Amino acid sequence: MNVTRIVILSASLLASVAPASAAGVADAPAGAASCSGCHPATSRVDTTVPRLVGRNPDEIVTAMHAFKSGERPATVMDRIAKGFSDDEVKAIAAWYGAQKD
Amino acid sequence: MTGKQTSRRDFLKTAAAGAAMLPMPAIAQGAPGQLVVVGGGFAGATCARFVKRIDPRISVTLVEPNATFIACPFSNGVIAGLRDLKAQEFNYDKLAADQIALSAASATGVDTGGRSVTLNNGARLPYDRLVLAPGIDIRWDGLPGYNEAAVERMPHAWKAGEQTLLLRRQLEAMPDGGTVVISAPANPFRCPPGPYERASLIAYYLKTKKPKSKLILLDAKDAFSKQRLFQNAWKELYPNLEWVSLSSGGKVTSVEPASKTAVTDFSRHQAAVANIIPPQKAARVADLAQVADRSGWCPVDAMTFESKQQPNIHVIGDAAIMGAMPKSAFSANAQAKVCAAAVAKLLAGEKPVEPRLINTCYSVVAPDYGITVAGAYRPKDGVLVDAEGGGVSPIDAPASTRAAEARYADGWFNTITTEVFG
Repeated sequence: MNVTRIVILSASLLASVAPASAAGVADAPAGAASCSGCHPATSRVDTTVPRLVGRNPDEIVTAMHAFKSGERPATVMDRIAKGFSDDEVKAIAAWYGAQKD
Repeated sequence: MTGKQTSRRDFLKTAAAGAAMLPMPAIAQGAPGQLVVVGGGFAGATCARFVKRIDPRISVTLVEPNATFIACPFSNGVIAGLRDLKAQEFNYDKLAADQIALSAASATGVDTGGRSVTLNNGARLPYDRLVLAPGIDIRWDGLPGYNEAAVERMPHAWKAGEQTLLLRRQLEAMPDGGTVVISAPANPFRCPPGPYERASLIAYYLKTKKPKSKLILLDAKDAFSKQRLFQNAWKELYPNLEWVSLSSGGKVTSVEPASKTAVTDFSRHQAAVANIIPPQKAARVADLAQVADRSGWCPVDAMTFESKQQPNIHVIGDAAIMGAMPKSAFSANAQAKVCAAAVAKLLAGEKPVEPRLINTCYSVVAPDYGITVAGAYRPKDGVLVDAEGGGVSPIDAPASTRAAEARYADGWFNTITTEVFG
């Protein structure tokens, strides 16, 4: 929860100097930038990969844990999830939760 | 957060005090900095856009001579007649709309001491930070017989565009029963699974259009990316595809363009169509900026992608070497975003965040058959190393998984090209 609050706070601080659509880019936690290689930042993209932007952070954390343990079937996310610690996943999830399209 | 604001102010104060004596062009004007990016591919275009998003006050100039970018990922589908080259083409209109200054020119010199780039149109661009994302050049001294003239007879098609279409036309013109020869280089090179995806899709074309033909893939290596997955798929789908490893005499030692012959230590392979994927190196601007080492590639720091040879110059994408990350469009895009964040921090006098990166490489073996290699990376002792996990698609996955990965591959291409150019 602390992480979430800090991220939201930093996003709102930044909004005063950057365009609203870019709020928080400067404060993306380690690893978050890589996700958007596959998970589209906007709804304009034709892909079956779900968006992370604006998602409930708890959902992202739960999904990552399930990918990591193998409980949830995946094509690549099982292999990628193992590369991130629980804290890293939490920070990434909180940041995506605070983003807007 | 308050710490960050304070340190930026303190830095600017210090910088302003020092500006009277030091040549710091942008900071002297009170701006947060001047960034020049050379190369408008997956790495360079991404970096330019993300720096602008992170701090719109940073002045960003993208130096790229071509008005149209032609993407390499998925261009093997163009060669096999499964896709139009138009689907590979992108322009820089959205980057211009992001207030990125576009300079349609080539870099002809880099003054590392005076921090400026000179261009072939006579312009000189001063920089506080320079990002080089130039991609690859062919090593014309790397394979005897393979010179600039040879590419018409034996296309490399390793930079997408006219070469891609030329190889496609040669395949289309080939009579049924002809032999296609592909030569794959030793590591490192752009897109490690690329030669094997290409062999797969050309084999698909031959199987569906010219079934009496065969394909020989001559390799300067004994092992390659996603090897078991490719080989299993070939066994299942393409009996006319023969892979010749290094230890079986697969290394092409010279070529004879007039007869389209690839020569190895043990035999001569005369082809109806020959695709030579030659040895490569970082593109020329890396030499101008003195950031390439004796390997021909550019070693960089794993935290910021700053050159290990020249301060204030960062190298990202295929031209860079930084440890375990492969030379892929996904890597280039991921590195560019990390580099953008680091450059913005450094220009503000702040410490960059220790990064985490991901790579995912899709290869399409047939239209409904996709496979991947994926990995996460973190810095250790100045290079990027593999984090836990990673690896390739399961060896024994059902057809539905292969089909799903082929669909995800399409989605990946749409997502990444939208992020970079859309």
